[in-house]
Order: sequence, then C-alpha cells, then structure tokens
Amino acid sequence: MRDALVKSLFMLAEKDSRVMLLTGDLGYGVFEEFEKKYPYQYLNIGVAEQNMMGIAAGLALEGKIIFTYSIGNFPTLRCLEQIRNDACYHELNINIIATGGGFSYGGLGMSHHATEDIAIMRALPGMTVLVPSTSEESETGVINLYETAGTGYLRLDKSKFENTKSIEGISVGKANILRRGSDITLIAVGGIAKEAMKAAEILSSANIECRVVSLYSVKPIDIGVIKSACEDTLGIITIEEGNLTGGIGSAVSEVCLDNEFKPKIFYRFGLNDEYSEIVGDQEYLRSHYKIDCSSLVSKIKSLFDN
Amino acid sequence: MLGKVKTQELARKVRIHAVKMVSKGGSSHIGSVLSMVDILAVLYGRVMNYESKNPKWIDRDRFILSKGHAGVGVYAVLAECGFFNVAELDKHYQDGSIFSGHVSHKGIPGVELSTGSLGHGLPVSAGMALAAKIDKKNHKVFVVMSDGELDEGSNWEAFMFAAHHDLNNLMAIVDRNKLQSMKTTEETLSLEPLRDKLIAFGWNVIEVDGHNHDELFSAIDSDTKKPKVIIANTIKGKGVSFMENKIAWHYQTPSGDLFDKAMLELRVEK
Repeated sequence: MRDALVKSLFMLAEKDSRVMLLTGDLGYGVFEEFEKKYPYQYLNIGVAEQNMMGIAAGLALEGKIIFTYSIGNFPTLRCLEQIRNDACYHELNINIIATGGGFSYGGLGMSHHATEDIAIMRALPGMTVLVPSTSEESETGVINLYETAGTGYLRLDKSKFENTKSIEGISVGKANILRRGSDITLIAVGGIAKEAMKAAEILSSANIECRVVSLYSVKPIDIGVIKSACEDTLGIITIEEGNLTGGIGSAVSEVCLDNEFKPKIFYRFGLNDEYSEIVGDQEYLRSHYKIDCSSLVSKIKSLFDN
Repeated sequence: MLGKVKTQELARKVRIHAVKMVSKGGSSHIGSVLSMVDILAVLYGRVMNYESKNPKWIDRDRFILSKGHAGVGVYAVLAECGFFNVAELDKHYQDGSIFSGHVSHKGIPGVELSTGSLGHGLPVSAGMALAAKIDKKNHKVFVVMSDGELDEGSNWEAFMFAAHHDLNNLMAIVDRNKLQSMKTTEETLSLEPLRDKLIAFGWNVIEVDGHNHDELFSAIDSDTKKPKVIIANTIKGKGVSFMENKIAWHYQTPSGDLFDKAMLELRVEK
C-alpha cells in the first residue's frame, strides 16, 4: 500500500506546488526520492507529532495542502487534540496518513498496534476517514483526500491485498464492492478484507454466496450499500482488525438503527475491548483473536445452520 | 499606526472593555488579560501591519493568542482597532454568542486561530512563519504565550523547530506574570533560568518590562537573524490594584463595589 501512496503523492506534488508532505521522522527508504525531487514540498519535522500537526495547521492556514505521515498511533492519538482543535475546527485541508493499521506491526507490541484509531478519528466532526483494503483504494485515497475539503485520515495497512479491482469505482462516501453475492454481506476495512474474500470463496463451495464490501469510506459512510445488504441479503457481518467499540461494526450498526434497516443477521468480528499483550505476525494475531478466514467461515456457517 | 501616547490610551480602553466584558459575562481570567494588555496595545498600535476592514489582507502581519483564556483582551483590541463594532463586545459569554471565553476565529474578523488548550499557538505560528518563508512573503507572525503554558512540551518541540528552520519572521512574546493556575510558576514547575533555556534552544531572547511600551516596542522592532522571543515581565492583573499579583483573579469576576472600584482606577467617568 505504501508504493501506491508514494505514487499518488508524486503525482499531486508535481501538479500542485501547494502540496506538502510532512513526516514525523518515519518513511526510511520510502520518501528519499520525493525529498530529492520536491525539496520545498517535503519536511521531516522530527519525532514530534504534536508539533507536526501544529506546523501542518499553520501551513494549511496559509493555503498549503498538507499530508502528514507516520506509523501506527503516532500521527493520530499522539496529537489528537491538535487534530481536533487546530485542523478539524479550522476546516483545514490536512490529510493524515498512517501506515501500520491494525496488527501490521504485530511483533512490535501494543504501542504499535493501531486498533482504536478508526473509532477515534471517525468521532471527530468534520473528519473524512478512508480505510483502503486494496492498493487501488490506497492510490485513490490520497487523491480523494487532496480533493476533499477539510481534514482527512487515510489508514493504510501493511498486509498485502492486491489485484482486486473495484467493480463500481472508488470515491469518498462510497463503499467498494469487491465481490458480488446475495446470501449475506461481509463488510470489512483494511487488509483484513483479504480474509473476508478468502472466506467468501470457501463458503461459496458450501452454497453460501457472500457479497464482500470494502468499507473504504468509513466516514462519510455509504448508507445505500448497507441498505442493500439488509434488504437484498440476509444481513451483515463486519470484520475489522481493531477494537469493536466505536469501530466499523459500530458505524454500520448506527446506520441500521438510524434508518430502521432490519438485517436478520448482524455479527461483528473484531477485538473485544482489549489490548494485545502478546506479539506475532499479522496472520498469527488475526488467528489468535479469531478474526481470520477460518474463524469467519465457521461462524458464518453456524449462523446459516441456525 | 499610533504614537506611544496613543498606545497608552489604547491599553486603557482595552482594560476597561475587558473588565466590563468579564463582569457582564460572569466570566474569568481577567488577571491574565490585564497582564498582556500592554503587549497587545504595542502590537496593534505601533508594530503590526493590518487592514481592519480587510482582515484577510494577504500581506498582514499575523497575530496568534496562544493563551486563549485571555481572549477578551484580543476581542477588545480588535474592536478598538476597527475590526468590528465595540458594541459587539457586550455579547461576550452570553448564551448563543460567538464571543467565547477562549478566543475563537469563527465569525470574528481579525482572529487567526481559535485557542484555549495551551501549547497550540507556537507550533501553528511556526507553520505560518514557515509558509511565509516558502512563499517569500515579508509579513511577520507574532504569538503571545503565557509563562504557565511553557509547561506544555509541544512548545519546546516548536522552539526547536523554529530555530532549526531559521524562522526569524516568527516572534514569541511570553507574558511572564509568574503566576499560573494554582501557585507561582516556580513553585509549580520551575521555568528558571528561562532566558538561558530559550537561548539554548537557539532563539534570540530579549527581556523587558512588559508594561513599558517603549521597551516593548524597541524589543519587538529590533532586527534578528534568529526567531525572537521576548520575555515580557508583567504583573498579573496589572492596572487594577486589588487584582495585581493575586491568583484569585484568574477565576474571580469583578462585580458590585469591586467593579466600581476597578472602573475608578481605570479612570472611567461615570
């Protein structure tokens, strides 16, 4: 996903000199070419995320279009109040990019597990939250945020989920349908959508046809795709590599309640209000927390058996 | 731009507005406002370039109040300098008003940044100063900070940043009234030797009497190759004798006899 990110940043920096990339001293081996080509549009702020967001606000108040970059929780939680007060309240075009969503850095420990960021970012008024599941979504996400007024969050995942082309195009406010199906709808965000896709293939052989949706635009959310899931399929299963509290399962359930959509089945896969005290690679931790493909398959089968 | 006699008069008017606003609104932080009024008067009266009827004029000098709790001082100086009608000041702290207790930019001409949480102003000001450098603009960015807010680590991140990037178009003025929320700064989290710390962070440091308009003007006006910080030694509550150096006036609202007494000291004719 990082390659897609860099590709889009180059394109934007080339066409618009107001675009600036600020990093909190991360991106070794990723941004060197960018810095060389656009020295006046690149700034390594140092390991100082509060200052990074304040500087971003000052630059944006003067008309710059800013991308901030760091990993895990650093560009979001470490400077949450600067995001809220300085960026969102002033309606500034500042776009926060975090790599390492969920358990991308599983082995590094809980400090590097980004498992509440989506919930917290989507709670901020005026914030656009995009969580790509595919490289195509990552590449488009950067451009979508550039074009969208106000503050945005692009949460990237280290896990690879390639070569799945969107069926209906990618834009802010729209979910991305990755697979058609009419029995049940799986809604996922981030690289873990791969597990949903794998599960869908396995379930297909058991005559359960899953629709798979990447909830790329977590905020604003695609009400239509949720309505269709409730009306045209038996219901919704949400899958996220993060805490359930306030996450995308919550977001989807809010839409159902607010709009009186009544799915027959509704189930959320995610972390049950806990931090991971163990480490492991992303796949290991998905399996440990029962948010991997085989956990999805057995749960969905049991829902249909009942 | 006003002469030095007139900045004294501007300061007096701002003090009167501030005490009236806080009294009418039932709000607080009047001590913090009064300590920085002379700084505001010199900036808006003698130093800064702006067009009050064109507050977004591209070449204006920028002013940020980082100690947002002293917002009534900014509202009052903006009104006195023609950004909006002084009658608007009566709305401060009233139900439904945009003139909030902490300074807000929403709908108020001349306010660049809403603040209220401490430690935000300097990083944003540094970003604005950097933008001016990138865009080869000659305007300056002024930020008024409290001494108590220097407890916030974000300021020190920004002090490092501004020096590293040679932002000599950025000027911080620390309202050094030596009192913070509960005790003195030195009893709470000692700032001294503040001058040495700021020098060590790569800034040009000038210390002045923060109520002496000539000293303030000379310090602000002097050329610098580095970002400049002025330590303005002030008295919290300056101008109203019973408020001076009293922490209680961080919180109290002047009313009744005390309001009348304050007005008398500020030479308001009945």
